[in-house]
Amino acid sequence: MNTSYHKKNMTKTKLITIMAVQLFGAFLAMAAPLKEGDAFPDLTQFGLEGTVPDTHGKVVLVDFFASWCHPCQESFPAMEELYKQYAGKGLVIIAINVDKNKADMDDFLKAHPASFVILRDAGTKLVSQVKIPTMPSSFLLDRDGKIHAFHKGFKGDETRKQYTEEIEALLK
Amino acid sequence: MKNRHLLLLALMAAAGLLTGCANVQPWERGNLADPTMTAGNPLGSSMSEHMWFSREAASGGGGVGGGGCGCN
Repeated sequence: MNTSYHKKNMTKTKLITIMAVQLFGAFLAMAAPLKEGDAFPDLTQFGLEGTVPDTHGKVVLVDFFASWCHPCQESFPAMEELYKQYAGKGLVIIAINVDKNKADMDDFLKAHPASFVILRDAGTKLVSQVKIPTMPSSFLLDRDGKIHAFHKGFKGDETRKQYTEEIEALLK
Repeated sequence: MKNRHLLLLALMAAAGLLTGCANVQPWERGNLADPTMTAGNPLGSSMSEHMWFSREAASGGGGVGGGGCGCN
């Protein structure tokens, strides 16, 4: 009687331990955002629409945008300005669209023309892996493809100033 | 025993209901950001705003910043 009770208790403890480990694993998998110093995922692995440029040895600004996001409309002219200023020195800007409909992205680009690279994450595979906390979000990568800075949202002149300082420091 | 069954049934019902919950990710808020998702009638509320402003010198307080996309 006593042994059976003990056995039951052991099984219960084992089950609880397994469940706790699984829950902890699931939590870790959920809460694993990219941080500064991490390597940014290889953009060629996500079936993005458009041509992924060669970014080897370049400073790269990866920006996630959507047509329905108002701060994105403000960020585009700022990024265009940065691109024109620093492209010759080794800056690549890649804006990744997450709109459901391509037509919405096309309308956005007509209203906010950009000469930098535009890709489309139609299957939201990349954005789901990167798990951005808000729209827009951008990652500034150093020449080794590692995250140098992360920008949550676009806050006008404040973000523009930060971009400029960080890009100039990386291009030195 | 009966109580146990009832508890089990209640737990199963709760689990079934919880499957309806979903987190809308920041990049999935296109539909929520649509102007048609605004609560109330935009034309009607602008007319009401005009009336309150001209009659009572009151304005604002009718919405929140940032729209429905939860951007920035």
